[in-house]
Parts: sequence; structure tokens; C-alpha cells
Amino acid sequence: MEMLTFNASDGYLEAMMRGLRASILTASEYNNIMQCETTEDIRMTLNGTDYAPYLQNEPVPLQTAALVTRLTERIVSDFAGIRSSAYEPLATFLDYLTYPYMIDNLVLLITGALRNRELSDLIDKCHPLGMFEGMGTLSIVATPEELYRDVIVDTPLASYFVDCVSIQDLSELNIEIIRNLLYKAYLEDFADLCARRIGGITAQVMAPVLGFEAGRRIVNITLNSLGTDLTKEQRAALFPHVPNSLDAEIVHLLARADDEPAVAVALDRSPVFRALFQRAADHPERSLEDEFFEHEVKLLREAFDQQFHYGVFYAYFRLREQEVRNLVWLAECIAQRQRAHLGKVVNIFG
Amino acid sequence: MAIAAASSASSGVSAGTCLWFWFLPTCLGYYADLFHSINPYLFAYVGVAMAIGLSVLGAAWGIFITGASLVGASVRAPRIASKNLVSVIFCEAVAIYGIIVAIVMATRIGYQPGADKSALAAYSGYALFGAGLVVGWSNLVCGLSVGVAGSSCALADAQNATLFVKILVVEIFASALGLFGVIAGILMSAKADLGAAR
Repeated sequence: MEMLTFNASDGYLEAMMRGLRASILTASEYNNIMQCETTEDIRMTLNGTDYAPYLQNEPVPLQTAALVTRLTERIVSDFAGIRSSAYEPLATFLDYLTYPYMIDNLVLLITGALRNRELSDLIDKCHPLGMFEGMGTLSIVATPEELYRDVIVDTPLASYFVDCVSIQDLSELNIEIIRNLLYKAYLEDFADLCARRIGGITAQVMAPVLGFEAGRRIVNITLNSLGTDLTKEQRAALFPHVPNSLDAEIVHLLARADDEPAVAVALDRSPVFRALFQRAADHPERSLEDEFFEHEVKLLREAFDQQFHYGVFYAYFRLREQEVRNLVWLAECIAQRQRAHLGKVVNIFG
Repeated sequence: MAIAAASSASSGVSAGTCLWFWFLPTCLGYYADLFHSINPYLFAYVGVAMAIGLSVLGAAWGIFITGASLVGASVRAPRIASKNLVSVIFCEAVAIYGIIVAIVMATRIGYQPGADKSALAAYSGYALFGAGLVVGWSNLVCGLSVGVAGSSCALADAQNATLFVKILVVEIFASALGLFGVIAGILMSAKADLGAAR
């Protein structure tokens, strides 16, 4: 049915998204960038792409930090353009895309508040996509309790906080746990939005992507908690439960794993993760995280194979983010004359 | 009960019992009467209305499916805009099929005193009604089909210009579906005559 009704409100934006997708850098453009000698050459190469207007006013020589800011600015302006002309339920879907950034920003601010840092300085470090109302008034907030009471309750994340965090938990020790709990609540809510409230082709397309995202977080949480004093119950409580993710059996084994071999044994039962683990083990220069990124890009690319769904919006912004990571990696390598590592970028479209 | 309902229906006492009557097994024999008592002109003109109405619905629906994607895709790839108007024209053609058949059908209908009482009139009424159904529904789904194919065509063309002609072939086949309905509709209404001849 989406075929008949989708375009009434979302056809224009979907088509525009696919147009923007065409400007994602290709393998040949990455090859050109890899030939560069200095960051100024990178700017010259990028002048042939959509990024040109964002980079032209940067002072010579181009700094990597400035590159990150400008590239992010571009994502934000794309997002703002799309978001401003979106109808429901696409508007809600797009809002959900900003929640992970909001979680990161909030965690950053809470950490700052706990360390008695000036919050107004921290706001500059926040990701622009994760800005929320009330951030401007943050400078008058002094304690974590005030932050919670005055600011967080007005953000869309408040419901996640209510479910998983109490005010006593706002201590520095727990900050990573809070981040993971928030992300778990967010991911489960987002999966529910796609599967139940939107449904249809969007649900079909988003299920594998979000399932992999949840699986990746489960594996990362497990690996990072090995050898810490996080108990196994606490660890299991951080695992997001999303359909199409790892099997319940594997999750159970991961929750009880004591060391890396036990994790490997558990993941042996999942064909996808076994292959990723194997490849990371076979190529010492590549980390597991690189393999995860590569697989995620493959899943996101597949989202463009179908029409009349919201998955393209999610995929586009995630792929752009990967592109920024790629470009920053290349720029860092070139700036520091580490050409041997240049090959570690994830090609998005061949 | 049934007999009582039948008698009340035939004498037309209360609307409630009358409606209920048509769902009782005893009434089956009366269905012929029901259709007989509808004037053939009604059938004929409802047929014409469906032929044009459903065709235009299909065409309009197809155009907005194609048009939304076309406009969005041409933001980043302006070159596709004029080429992909072909997709919009294909949808428009569906409405043209509808109006052609509606005109053909309307020429079979005219007013002559007593023209609606003959067996030919009953035949003509049903024939035009059937022709309208055939043309209307086939053009409605044809318009949707062309619209969805045209929307994909615009998106594909924006990414890769060599795909345009290939997807256009798909659209042409989708457009041919409506033509089948038109042919069947013209054949069905060919022998109908509701007081128009002479």
C-alpha cells in the first residue's frame, strides 16, 4: 500500500534524499584524495564535490579540526533542510535520528556538571545535531540534580531517563552505564517506532539495520566489560533487546562470558558476527570496530534498494557520518605523513 | 415472516422491513424485478460516469506518485526534469483513454420517447454499464501502475542516465494494460443503442 500513498507526503523528500545520496564520495574520489600530499590538496579535491562551498572560507592550511566542523555543518544543513519540510510520521522518524547525538551531548554535559566544569564551554563541544531546547540556559545550572530537574525533563529523552536512571545514579562512576542504558532505551523505542507505529516497508528495511546495531552494542558492551567490576547481571541489563538482533541464546551466553574466547564461542553461533570476528582476526591491521563499520555500511547501502520507505533517510545520514569519519581519517593520515594507514577507509559506494 | 416481509415490501410499507426483505432467500426471485425496474438510462450513464471518473482517478493518482518523485529527484539532477515528463504523459494518457471511451459510450445514448422500454434498451443499459466498469477499473489500476513505475524511473534516471530508456519500456507495458480495457470497453458498447441511432 505504501506504493500508492507514500508519495503523497514523503515522495518529494525521498527523491531528494536519493539525489543527495548520489553525491556521497565514490571509490575513485577516495583514490584521488589518497594521492594528496597535503591537506590543501584534499581541499582542492573536495572542491569538485558538494563540499566545496563549506570549505572555501577556511584559512590556509586546512586544519583537520576545521574539516570535521565543516563536514558536520554540511550534514546538519542537509538534515535541517529535510526536517523542515517533513510531515508526520517522517518528522518523528527524523527526530529519532537526532536522539543518539542528544544522548551523547547530555552525557557530556552531565560529566561536565559532575566535574564542576563551565557548561557553556562544553556546549561548543556538543554535536550540533543533538542540540535541544534549554541548552542555552544550561550555564545557570550548577549541580547534576538541577540539570536533571530543569533541563532533561524538557528534552525528548526524558522518558528514557525516567525508565532507567534515578537522580542518585548521576555520579561519575555510573556515567558510562547511564549512556548505555539511555541508548538501550532509545534503540528499543526506535525499533518499536519502525516496526509498529510506522510499519510496512520501513519496518522491513530498518529491521536488519537496527538488529545489527543492537547486536554490535551487545558485543561491544560485553567486550568492554570483561575484566571490569561490572557484574554479569548489570551487564545483561545494558543489552538492548531488539527483534532481528542476536538470538536469545547467544545473548544469554554473552551475558555470562568471562573472557574473550567465551565471547568468540558464543558468537560462533551467529553467522554474521562469526564472519566479522574471523576477518578481524585474519587482518591484524583492522580492528573489530572497522569490520562492524564495514558491515553496517553494507546494510545501509541495501536500504536504497527499495523505494517508498523511511530507511533511506536513516541510511543517508549514517553513511554521511561514515564519510566524515573516512575523510577525517585520510586527512589525519596525510597531515601526519602516515601513508601506510590510508587504506583503512570504508568505501561507501564502489 | 418472509411472506409478511414480501407483502410489505411489494406494498412498500416501511423502509426498514423493505430493506431487510432483499436479504431473505425468498426474495431471490425478485432480484430480476429489482434490476428491471431500474431505468436503462441510469445504467448507461453510471457506466459513462465510471469510465471517465475512475480513469481520471487513476491518472491523477499516478501523476502525483510520479510527480512527487520527479520534482524531488530533479532538485539534484535538473537534467531529468523534461525527459521524465514522459512518465507524467503516460499517466495522462490513461485519462485520455477514459474520455475517449466515455465519448464513444455517450454517443450510444440519446433521448427518444419510449426508447427505454424495449429489450434492446435493457441490453444497452447493461452493456454500457459493463463497459464503464471495465474501462474505469482497468484504467484506475493502469494509472497506479504507470505512476509507480514512473516514480522509480525518475529516481533511477537521476542516478544513472542509461537506465531511463530501459525503465520507460516497463512503463509502456504498464500503459498498455489500460488499452486492453479500452478495447474491451469499445467492443462491449459497440452494439448498444439507447435511442441514439437514426
